[in-house]
Amino acid sequence: MLNRRNFVVTATALAVALAYGHAAAQNKYDPGASDKEIKIGNTNPYSGPASAYGTIGKAIGNYFRMVNDQGGVNGRKINYISLDDGYSPPKTVEQTRKLVEQEQVLLVFQSLGTPTNSAIHKYMNQKKVPHLFVATGASKWGNPKEFPWTMGWQPSYPSESKIYVRYLEKEKPNAKIAILYQNDDYGKDYLHGFLDALGPKAKTMVVAQLPYEVTDPTVDSQIIKLKDTGADVFFNITTPKFAAQAIRKAADIGWKPLHLLNNVSSSVGAVLTPAGLDKSVGLITSAYIKDATDPQWHKDADYIAWNAWMDKYYPDGDKKSSFNVYGYSVAYTMTEVLKRAGNDLTRANIMKVASNLKAMEFPMALPGVKIDTSPTNFFPIECQKLAKFDGKKWELFGEVICP
Amino acid sequence: MRAPIGPREMAAYASGAKLTRLQGIGIAVAVLAGLAIPALITDYRTFQFTLVLIYAIAVLGLNILTGFNGQFSLGHSAFYAIGAYTAAIMMDQWAIAYYWTIPVAGVVCLVAGFLFGLPALRLEGLYLALATFALSIATPQILKYDAFAKWTGGVQGVVIMKPDAPLGLPLSADKWLYYFSFVILLALFACAWNLLRGRTGRALKAIRDNPIAAGAMGIDTALYKSLTFGVSALYTGVAGALGAIAIAFVAPDSFTFFLSVAILVGMVIGGIGSIPGAIFGGIFIVFIPNVAENISKAAPWAIYGTFLILFMYFMPAGIWGFLRMVYAWWQRRRGPA
Repeated sequence: MLNRRNFVVTATALAVALAYGHAAAQNKYDPGASDKEIKIGNTNPYSGPASAYGTIGKAIGNYFRMVNDQGGVNGRKINYISLDDGYSPPKTVEQTRKLVEQEQVLLVFQSLGTPTNSAIHKYMNQKKVPHLFVATGASKWGNPKEFPWTMGWQPSYPSESKIYVRYLEKEKPNAKIAILYQNDDYGKDYLHGFLDALGPKAKTMVVAQLPYEVTDPTVDSQIIKLKDTGADVFFNITTPKFAAQAIRKAADIGWKPLHLLNNVSSSVGAVLTPAGLDKSVGLITSAYIKDATDPQWHKDADYIAWNAWMDKYYPDGDKKSSFNVYGYSVAYTMTEVLKRAGNDLTRANIMKVASNLKAMEFPMALPGVKIDTSPTNFFPIECQKLAKFDGKKWELFGEVICP
Repeated sequence: MRAPIGPREMAAYASGAKLTRLQGIGIAVAVLAGLAIPALITDYRTFQFTLVLIYAIAVLGLNILTGFNGQFSLGHSAFYAIGAYTAAIMMDQWAIAYYWTIPVAGVVCLVAGFLFGLPALRLEGLYLALATFALSIATPQILKYDAFAKWTGGVQGVVIMKPDAPLGLPLSADKWLYYFSFVILLALFACAWNLLRGRTGRALKAIRDNPIAAGAMGIDTALYKSLTFGVSALYTGVAGALGAIAIAFVAPDSFTFFLSVAILVGMVIGGIGSIPGAIFGGIFIVFIPNVAENISKAAPWAIYGTFLILFMYFMPAGIWGFLRMVYAWWQRRRGPA
């Protein structure tokens, strides 16, 4: 007795039920995600001694504003909640708990600082909330076995060291290496990465390794001692002020080794200019994102897009600051992970997507630098390019090197 | 209507040695409110109120030194750090239960404070402030020093386990820790009241108001001053140990000079030389930065500064002093009794 009207009604009901059932099966949410929005938490030092980094948090917020203006991620708006922790670990704990327990964010993204992230490391993993792409160069964030919810983003210090070792193995296999390093966790992270990468050869190749304290007035005496060892390679693990002193002193006493300068001090304005541009010729460093002040990128599509974004969404931001390039690139990475997660916005799926990024390109990356992760590799960016200083700017050379 | 009171009792009430009926009721209400708070709010809020209690203890510690004895200190972050690290190292290295760390942290800080108080005797006012300032800026670097890294964890700090409620009590870790801190706070506040209301308290205040006259009256100013330093450090050290347990992490960057300033601000806002004011100081330290950040992310410190100035302008004697003023005004309006 199926008449036509009945048929239409039944069919419609059936179709609706199917469609609804289908949709319900497809859209999976954890706290912080819904049909309308995705809540992302962040902590940054907007006040306190490290507030110079705060621009990263602002850049990220402005990037998400652009994403929302363009329709959001799969139709959902990003609700970015960034709180000030003043670079104080107890405050980070308080603010992160606010994000997770009160604001109910889906994930915490780009929380900034090594001590601050250390304070919430265990908490995030106990709560099983993604702690993604944290803003620190320490190597402890890539430990998926013990901390499967935490992942870094930028190359770690040891991985940068390994890149220099790969280069030396190829170009100067019989190098006699002298090392100067800052006597703290940052300096030792670089140093140990370097020695580990050399392996058993470290004993014969490294002829001297001298520390200095941040409180030392100069590193002149260390440089003189290092020169006397007859080393022909100098690995310079120093922060800007000491890097400038080391470069100048080495040139003044006529020591001309192959000079490897850690990326931390590669700023032309802050390090090489005070050291003397003529004395800096031949320095080698590594890089993974484009320097916005370098004219060689100014015709690239991604630079033009970045520049337009700065003009429209972050007009009071400093275009010379590498932090604003960094914030843009890392916010892109987060957006891309959310896009790929589709309608399965559970915390577990976010981690699954974040740990299966294969050769993913991102804006403002140097040519050839890509993001690669796997369930056992939580170091998104590892490969970098080397650059040599030509007296005016850093000239990239060679292939992308992976540690 | 009222029972007539003699001059001795009058003096006892005025100096706070005896509690008036109103004060007694006030304390009972405050304790009941303190007990009820965790039942009404989430774990996260409870955690914030635990921090309020912890900072209140630290503020009271500084208040004993500055408010009652007139010695300035910008170095209390150092004692807070010593207390925190004592607790963290005991729990992390020797697996000692968290509740034992509290008295040990107190004793360690008592000794440290007393020893620091001895050379500080030669310094007065601003000079003492500078000497203690040196202590607080040196602390984070000393904590990072390599030779101690085996215990302190160097820059990385120490991660510790957050304790759960004992005996299967149906309380979350946060709520348990709140009650644990609350009991310690009550004990320490009672001790402070006992210490400051009698002979010792009068001696401390006499030294604050006129050290020469105090000495002439037979008060051993040197001993009292260094002991006060020790007791003050003890309070702050206990707060530090509780703070380490509540945060479940210590690192040198947690104990910068800003912490000293925060404690000092808490003391002044709460009310210099008042015991209950310390609670308001704790509330200010925890909540006002969050309020400031809510108002403006671009310049949270400018907002914070505005709050500070407003408080100083409208409540020059701190929040507790303001409450007392309001009460006195109300009494006067009711007419002479």
